[in-house]
Amino acid sequence: MDINAIRQMFPILDQEVNGHPLVYLDSSATSQKPIQVIEAVNDYYRQDNSNVHRGVHTLGTRATDKYEGAREKVRQFINASSVAEVIFTRGTTTSINTVAYSYARANLVAGDEIVITPMEHHSNIIPWQQAAKSTGATLKYIPLQDDGTISLEDVRQTITEKTKIVAITHMSNVLGTINPVKEIAAIAHANGAVILIDGAQGAPHMTVDVQELDCDFYAFSGHKMCAPTGIGVLYGKKELLEHMEPVEFGGEMIDFVNLYDSTWKELPWKFEGGTPIIAGAIGLGAAIDFLNEVGMDNILEHDKKLAHYAMERLSEIDGITIYGPEDRGALVTFNLDDVHPHDTATVLDAEGIAVRAGHHCAQPLMKWLDVTATARASFYLYNTEEDIDRFVAGLLKTKEYFGNVFK
Amino acid sequence: MSLNNLDQLYRTVIMDHYKNPRNRGVVAGDAVTIDMNNPTCGDRIQLQLQVEDGTVKDAKFDGEGCSISMSSASMMTQAVKGKKVSEVLEMSHQFSDMMLGKELDTDELEFGDIEALQGVSKFPARIKCATLAWKAMEKGVREE
Repeated sequence: MDINAIRQMFPILDQEVNGHPLVYLDSSATSQKPIQVIEAVNDYYRQDNSNVHRGVHTLGTRATDKYEGAREKVRQFINASSVAEVIFTRGTTTSINTVAYSYARANLVAGDEIVITPMEHHSNIIPWQQAAKSTGATLKYIPLQDDGTISLEDVRQTITEKTKIVAITHMSNVLGTINPVKEIAAIAHANGAVILIDGAQGAPHMTVDVQELDCDFYAFSGHKMCAPTGIGVLYGKKELLEHMEPVEFGGEMIDFVNLYDSTWKELPWKFEGGTPIIAGAIGLGAAIDFLNEVGMDNILEHDKKLAHYAMERLSEIDGITIYGPEDRGALVTFNLDDVHPHDTATVLDAEGIAVRAGHHCAQPLMKWLDVTATARASFYLYNTEEDIDRFVAGLLKTKEYFGNVFK
Repeated sequence: MSLNNLDQLYRTVIMDHYKNPRNRGVVAGDAVTIDMNNPTCGDRIQLQLQVEDGTVKDAKFDGEGCSISMSSASMMTQAVKGKKVSEVLEMSHQFSDMMLGKELDTDELEFGDIEALQGVSKFPARIKCATLAWKAMEKGVREE
């Protein structure tokens, strides 16, 4: 993996912020976009823009071919058995909500259980809270170990025959924990439940094989994996999707429309009401080509190496608390003693270093960590050890700066 | 921007209020209580106001947040005590304007240390930290 060549492909990285070369350490919030993706979207609007699945004109055919071509790229990327199982959505949030509305509300009754964990992002908590409220089902949590991992023993204890849905993140956006989702899927299935995996942080960083994981639903966003914002994917097993009702009704998703009743298109289009996110899907296809060229295994190895290096360097700093397990994905969440994370992020920004500060859309997890907010540095394929050195130097300056103002 | 520019934001007086907050605690006696948080970042404040005959008799706060949000709350409680409701609403209005880069009109009203927060206007991402306590105060006096 030639990191310098990769960095050249990301035009945004070549700039100064507040007088310093940009160090972008917020890829878990959204990744930067390579020139291939920017150009794919640009080319589409310059040459092919047209609506899809209608009209017989040439542009319409080109747009449709590109849009459906992107779906095939996604299919291969996650190894789904058919493009019928690949639904384009607005992002992970919409994907999870689709399952919570269409599957959960139709299949849950009072007394059933939905099982999640306290490390979930709000978008994998609230849809289930709402589904539980409207069906009378109970929401249950698999407890966390002290280091922010979950034990399979606790999974076995929590999932019961009453459990109908298990929803869990592939990788925590705060702790960096990578969950044993394949094993959890097996436990869910043994109890007759379906499993949804929140892949918002998983899909950008590791090879996802939905057949090997044997998950029922897998949700992810394009923008965290080099694609534009506003495009995401819901993978679902065909036999489940076939029995689910659409959530949005309108154009594009219908078969026949009569005055008082209508029928739906076949999968996956019955879940794609309205003009779809054509340019976004094409951008996602280009992002997948790019990621495949670099190699997902190389990306995971690079990201884990950076996370390991960051942990090593950060542990040299006195008065730092790092949250989450030793073995982790490409992020480090932390706090400096006596410095609020917003203040840390502001001082780092003055040094040209972009990190996230706040609750990271994981308020229940913040409560579990007994903090109100944390700072987070997250890495991706374009980050280097030099970026982490700059980040560590920035943190030392932060400490020094706040040490001085406190004197 | 160098770290020296940060001195515009983190003025000594601000850090003093952060380190030694004034009016932290609860009001003795009748008071209106306002809870407010900043959902995007997790800062939260509980403000108590005692308003009698159209005047703010006492103001106390508790909360968790960054240096800017907590020092702003400390300064605000100091500044509004003893002032008429109409005056504190005008101060709040002026504070919002200051966050947009305008100067405070200190001829009519006594703002105390608040002017030190002027530098926040140069850090757009931090404006909502500074305005949290003022929003809570406005809500409180309007409820009264």
